[in-house]
Amino acid sequence: MFLKLQPRGGASATMSYLSPLLAGVLTLLTGGIFFAALGHNPIHALSVFLIAPVSDVYGIAELCVKATPIMLCAIGLALTFKAQVWNIGAEGQLLMGGLAASAVALQLLDVETALALPLVLFSGMLGGAAWAVLAAWLRNRFNANEILTTIMFNYIALYLLLYFVHGSLKDPQGYGFPQSALFADSALLPILIEDTRLHIGILFALFAVVAAWTFLSRSFLGFQIKVLGLDSNAAKLSGFKHKRLVILVMLISGALAGLAGAGEVTGPIGQLIPSISPGYGYAAIIVAFLGRLHPVGIFFASLLMALIYMGGELAQIELKMPLAVTSLFQGMLLFYLLACDVLINFKIKLAGSNTQVENV
Amino acid sequence: MSRQQVEPASSSYRLQLQGITKQYPGCLANDKIDLAIQAGEIHALLGENGAGKSTLMKMIYGVTKPDAGKIIWQGTPVTIKDPSMARRMGIGMVFQHFSLFETLTVTENIALALGDEAGDLKQLATRISIVSKQYGMELHPNRHIHSLSVGERQRVEIVRCLVQNIKLLILDEPTSVLTPQEVESLFVTLRQLAKDGCSILFISHKLKEVQALCHSATILRAGKVTGDCIPAEVGTTRMAQLMVGDDTPISTDYPKSSGTLPFLIVKDLSLVSEDPFAATLKNINFEVRSGEILGIAGVAGNGQEELLAALSGEHLVARAEQVCFADTAVGLLDPRARRELGLGFVPEERLGRGAVPEMSLKENTLLTGYLQGLVNNGFINQLKTSQFADQIIKDYKVKTPGNQAAAQSLSGGNLQKFIIGREILQNPKLLVAAHPTWGVDIGAATAIHRALIALRDQGAAILVVSEDIDELFLISDRLCAICDGELSPTKATTATSIEEVGRWMTGVFDQPPVASEHALQTSAI
Repeated sequence: MFLKLQPRGGASATMSYLSPLLAGVLTLLTGGIFFAALGHNPIHALSVFLIAPVSDVYGIAELCVKATPIMLCAIGLALTFKAQVWNIGAEGQLLMGGLAASAVALQLLDVETALALPLVLFSGMLGGAAWAVLAAWLRNRFNANEILTTIMFNYIALYLLLYFVHGSLKDPQGYGFPQSALFADSALLPILIEDTRLHIGILFALFAVVAAWTFLSRSFLGFQIKVLGLDSNAAKLSGFKHKRLVILVMLISGALAGLAGAGEVTGPIGQLIPSISPGYGYAAIIVAFLGRLHPVGIFFASLLMALIYMGGELAQIELKMPLAVTSLFQGMLLFYLLACDVLINFKIKLAGSNTQVENV
Repeated sequence: MSRQQVEPASSSYRLQLQGITKQYPGCLANDKIDLAIQAGEIHALLGENGAGKSTLMKMIYGVTKPDAGKIIWQGTPVTIKDPSMARRMGIGMVFQHFSLFETLTVTENIALALGDEAGDLKQLATRISIVSKQYGMELHPNRHIHSLSVGERQRVEIVRCLVQNIKLLILDEPTSVLTPQEVESLFVTLRQLAKDGCSILFISHKLKEVQALCHSATILRAGKVTGDCIPAEVGTTRMAQLMVGDDTPISTDYPKSSGTLPFLIVKDLSLVSEDPFAATLKNINFEVRSGEILGIAGVAGNGQEELLAALSGEHLVARAEQVCFADTAVGLLDPRARRELGLGFVPEERLGRGAVPEMSLKENTLLTGYLQGLVNNGFINQLKTSQFADQIIKDYKVKTPGNQAAAQSLSGGNLQKFIIGREILQNPKLLVAAHPTWGVDIGAATAIHRALIALRDQGAAILVVSEDIDELFLISDRLCAICDGELSPTKATTATSIEEVGRWMTGVFDQPPVASEHALQTSAI
């Protein structure tokens, strides 16, 4: 007896929106079972994991701080995924953005100018965009698979960052620790709420959500990107410029990831350190799909992903769990989402029951 | 062979279907179908796409089972469990799309299809030789499939059925891939088979062929039998009406036109494809005048796709002047630039090139209509796009709930009307249409033909590439054919014949094509 997947006639539109919710519920259930198996009261553990982190203003501000880079990366990724360009390199683009922004910020330590912050953020976007466009160019020029190149670029970016943070960008007065000098105040993102770390980066992210939504639903370029992703033959016949569109989506995606990286070093961190991202760029891939590649969906999915990050940290402290619990929840979420999506499009049949796939 | 004698059966019918019903979700595919075939009879199953022909023959061949009704084989009611049981009973089927392995030989392919029944390969090869000679289908058992023409591949499929003990041969649209000459030789084979007692179920929508070949016909419309007739006795018009219903207009004759000045001029176009399986274009020369329809006939895979891609701009040619729109050399321009110069294009694949399946009709309007003022400063003008989509739907009678319906929810004919309407309403100076009515029902085909003629009469140059030779004779003002990447001479439709075009399709050009076109061009200059 084999299990066989049989396509359903058409996927239900309602179910395709419900599937992320269903995946969330299943993740919670499995998480509860998992906590119980480790000897914790599952209700208590889940509340530590998911409710305690956001039970006060500070917690909610932290949630937004964590959601900001995820949202920025995921919005960019959604654009590339819509065009069937599989950018897995948001992490590397984020790191390059952080590195470029830091390099510029460190040149401006003694300069008091209102232009410092815009300059630093712009450098970050440029760094991320350049890193992404490189992969796009390799795809266009040499037909190099962007999944492979962007993943490899992630590692190159990480080691470049480490090279500089241990080298020329290291703080001379830092007692040899691998970190840069603290940035000047003029190069730091202003705080939105006193006594929290919530900075104006969240506004950039919200702007990106609205702009991406407008871009995809209202602009002709957004339309071309969707056509390219759904049906590249139709795009070609209609005269849409395939290679330019690939460059464009990678440019936007890289710039947004770069902005996320710049926002980290000029926001909550305030200097360049070896670990500026706990895998935000990878988490953003899950977020982009969890949000159905739709900007509004991504907004909510980013908040959820940020919560999982915070819950993981709290579970470490209060429940003495390893940090891996964060990755575990991320993984479960993606797994259940993919499983739900498969069941929306296919039904399972026993191959032994002698049913034929019939075409009318 | 054991089919020499028609065996005496309790019933004189080889196969009888009684009240066959098959329900698919949301679609009654077959509704109480009755059908009877005698031994040695060639029986036509006529109907448009979606009439239920495929479903019915799948049930005879055991691919699916009926929900209700009886299948009676040589007087005994039977349940056909699967195709291998059907084959053991003596039922053979030749599908429209062949299932052959390109890299294997004829014998190996047939052995694979037969399974255990194949026996020794050497003996099988001998049997193949004998059977193919017996029925006038020259076929070498050791040839590899990739070296065979489409017509020869079909022979392999037929011979595969004949090496078994066959009593009923089902052929699904067998002539759609053949040249007129190949069709004629297929008919000779089929007539001889029938004379030897084999029953043949011939599935088609081509009325003239049915009239030429079949003893009797059953006509289906929307899952129901709408008539039984003897094709030789009733006219094709009557059969067509039974197929489509009395209220659908049918293409008749259109006045021919001679056009004015050349608009599309193709000069010495040669293209070597990067794809080893694609055809190479060899020194193609032709022109299409404003106000005329030029038809290019040919069997699929002879260079049509490559030629069309060179015209649309998807494939750029070596020198700009190899393709010209009036005085402008466009060979190096991309599809968008060519559209700006007045090109409209209807591709062969309507879902997945002509229209994006998942997108709405409104979005699919924008797909090629974006040059018609539907985009302002990079933003889509939703109102104008909606209006344009509604106009296409209204003017071309596209049956759809509205412009928000997804392209893939439309039937082939309706979608094709939409695509043709979208291109025509952009007032093209040149319309290139590939297989404009392929797989489309008669009603939609008539509407499409009328739209093309009306566009021609407005003064547009129209190029139609089609495999349907009847269609080309119906609408074209001048005709030529493409074979193995070479173009035949061009003649006025009234000055040529189906036989001549058929010869061109097989590569027999009466006069060197290059010379004639050169003469034409020098005289034009």
